[in-house]
Amino acid sequence: MQIQPIFAALRKHRLATLLLALEIALACAVLCNACFLIISRVQHTHVDSGVDESALAAVKLTGYDPASSVDLNARVLSRLAKIPGVQSVNVINAVPFGDHAGTAGISTDAAGKHFAGVVDFYVGNPGSFKALGLQLVAGSMPQASDAQPLDSFVPKNATVWVTRALAEHLWPDTDPLGREFWTDQFHFRVGGVLAHLARPWGGEGGPSTIDWSVYVPAQAGRQLAGTYLLRVNPAESPRVLRDARAAIATIAPDAVVDSKNSQTLGTLREKYFRQDRLMAGILLGVICALLLVTALGIVGLASFWVQQRRRQIGVRRALGATRSDIVAYFQTENFLIVSGGIVLGMLLAFAINLLLMQHYELPRLPLYYLPIGALSLYAIGQLAVLGPALRAAAVPPVEATRSV
Amino acid sequence: MFGYYMDLALRSLRRSPVLTALMVLAIAVGIGASMTTLTVMHLLSGDPLPGRSQHIFYPQVDPTSRLNPHSQPYDMMDYHSAVDLWSAQRADRQALITVSALRLTAPTVHQPALMAQMLSTTSDFFPMFAVPFQYGNAWTAQDDARHARVAVISSDLNNKLFQGSDSVGRTLWLKDADVRIVGVLAPWRPSPQFYEVVGGRFSDGDTASFYGRPEDVFMPFFSSLEVNDGGFNPFTCWNAPDPGVKLQNSPCVWVALWVQLDSAAKVSGYRDYLASYAEQQKALGRFARADNTRMFDLMQWLDFNRVVPSDVRLQTWLAFAFLAICLFNTIGLLLAKFLRRAGEIGVRRALGASRAAVFAQCLVEAATIGLLGGLGGLLLTLLGLWLIRRQPVEYAELIHLDPSMFGLTFALAIAASLLAGVLPALRASRIAPALQLKTL
Repeated sequence: MQIQPIFAALRKHRLATLLLALEIALACAVLCNACFLIISRVQHTHVDSGVDESALAAVKLTGYDPASSVDLNARVLSRLAKIPGVQSVNVINAVPFGDHAGTAGISTDAAGKHFAGVVDFYVGNPGSFKALGLQLVAGSMPQASDAQPLDSFVPKNATVWVTRALAEHLWPDTDPLGREFWTDQFHFRVGGVLAHLARPWGGEGGPSTIDWSVYVPAQAGRQLAGTYLLRVNPAESPRVLRDARAAIATIAPDAVVDSKNSQTLGTLREKYFRQDRLMAGILLGVICALLLVTALGIVGLASFWVQQRRRQIGVRRALGATRSDIVAYFQTENFLIVSGGIVLGMLLAFAINLLLMQHYELPRLPLYYLPIGALSLYAIGQLAVLGPALRAAAVPPVEATRSV
Repeated sequence: MFGYYMDLALRSLRRSPVLTALMVLAIAVGIGASMTTLTVMHLLSGDPLPGRSQHIFYPQVDPTSRLNPHSQPYDMMDYHSAVDLWSAQRADRQALITVSALRLTAPTVHQPALMAQMLSTTSDFFPMFAVPFQYGNAWTAQDDARHARVAVISSDLNNKLFQGSDSVGRTLWLKDADVRIVGVLAPWRPSPQFYEVVGGRFSDGDTASFYGRPEDVFMPFFSSLEVNDGGFNPFTCWNAPDPGVKLQNSPCVWVALWVQLDSAAKVSGYRDYLASYAEQQKALGRFARADNTRMFDLMQWLDFNRVVPSDVRLQTWLAFAFLAICLFNTIGLLLAKFLRRAGEIGVRRALGASRAAVFAQCLVEAATIGLLGGLGGLLLTLLGLWLIRRQPVEYAELIHLDPSMFGLTFALAIAASLLAGVLPALRASRIAPALQLKTL
């Protein structure tokens, strides 16, 4: 296949060629970045919360008199435990994908000079560690003696369990066990490291800080009441939640059930990531429409060129070119134009990525997205040009003798 | 002449229906996508108080007692600073704001208790923000001072509890207190819910919650503190509050102040007052810094909090990139279409049509495609907006196509197709008549 004559022909159509190449460049740039966005969104929705989501549900009560918290805890704990299908009931301040409760900035020194970020504290009564199904990777399980009474949102001086991600952030490359950190006058000592524990509701710093959680065992009481963690048989969770609401209406008529937060963790998770899934869907739709429009543009322009060159095609056929020569000509032509577009498109893709990095806290576009985007545009181009090329191949050699 | 060009354009479009359909489709899809996202942007980034927002300001002071030279003032104020500034009455109007939830029931209404969102504010709130009333009136400044147990309720709550009847004078049980209804709002849905926008820069772009509904219950600030004692939550604290200390005396920020200042002189006067207040508090030893005060106007404050969700902005950029691709596509197709008719254009030129006439004829054809594409784009925009209204986001029910956006759809479609038509039309008008006639 000689490329020289193709370039000569394209030079006659500089404007149309340039337009097609620009369209492909823009499509390539948008395609790479949109795919990258989709993948990062989808990865985000698969975040490991570190707890047994399928077996957990939360019940949150509001509107009760804080003075009656201790009594409320006692009534709710004993009544909900009697519901068939409930394996355990514990008091906790928040659950993953629910409302956040104990969010605070921490420092790695007592004076508060070395600010280390904003984390979420999960404060739960002693049974909640096991109920959550947290996975310990270092240190020991919390003992009953670790649970202290609360007179603020966390105990004054507590042994806590941090996630691996938070430990690596606070003390990179060192053993976190026994390390200390502070928030205001509260002092914490690391008693163990958890594989994962997603913070309740997002967090500053975006997806990279989703695992910055601290688990603190404490005794239920006035400061720890109202939110209950139910460990249930997964198949029965909808019925258990209905029964729990009915039970609460009789044992705590003063309290109002917070419906938004009284759900299975599966439901809370589904709601939490709804926007991400929606956005991934929109991006996918745009990519499909984009590829379709690009393909249609190639079909339109190639058809025009085939029609314009009927005589030349006839001449080539009369001089001995086979049908496959003609098809190959148009496919090579398309390949060349798409190649030009892709070179430009890759540069543009990086430029757009730089802009997105500034405004959306996205990481840099990994290089392997570029060949994937290029390959899909080559494929689209070859497919789109196939129809017009076959029509060109069908031009009979006798066309050469016709004057129009 | 225009009629003749129109006729020629329609003939030409009919002659190659597939190519025409491709172009119309490309314009329609591009316009549909960009107008859908542009409408959402327009509705979410608009001025919630048109004509008044330039007089509404959000003063901020830094009440921290620890020196932190790099920090910005907190998004809200502590109780003492907010109440001091409010009591000074230095602005034309001023309103304190804080939000809490509390248990609500109504006597003789047989419905289970519900947790209502309550806005604690002062009487200027209603005239300052032009809040519309259906029944009754706002409470008065005397009610604020007397700690009166009165409330204004939303039309949603009035519909829910009292089936939309005039409920002025009836009683609500808020927690354990009897509160008399003095006013019922007409349906009111500011976009965004501007008066309690705070913390936008910490939300990682997920700001859809700023477009929620206003609260169901509005109560005088000081009486609501008594009614819902212990029910208020801080926005943030610079020191951990000691157990048992009231929120009013805690090192926490949880109250916002809005002021209305009707002239530039008053604005600069208020800035000076704010600075002198901070200076005085520093002298008293309450503030660590006196130079960390700030006062944005309403729109600046919304910008500062980046109220438009980042996903919506991303969608808009995406839609316009898509429109650009559709335009390149249309330029290519128009070029093919016009140059295919080179012979015909050659004849017209030979018979005396000027280049300008050929150019105009081509543009009329392009504009016709734009008009058809605009119609298609309008349908796709309506479809897109319908899809957005079905999404579970706070702003879904705000989304509609207003007349200005309706007009803009066609303007954008025709402008886009004219833009796409210029280059091909120039090319077509430069066709040499002699060369074309020879090949005929």
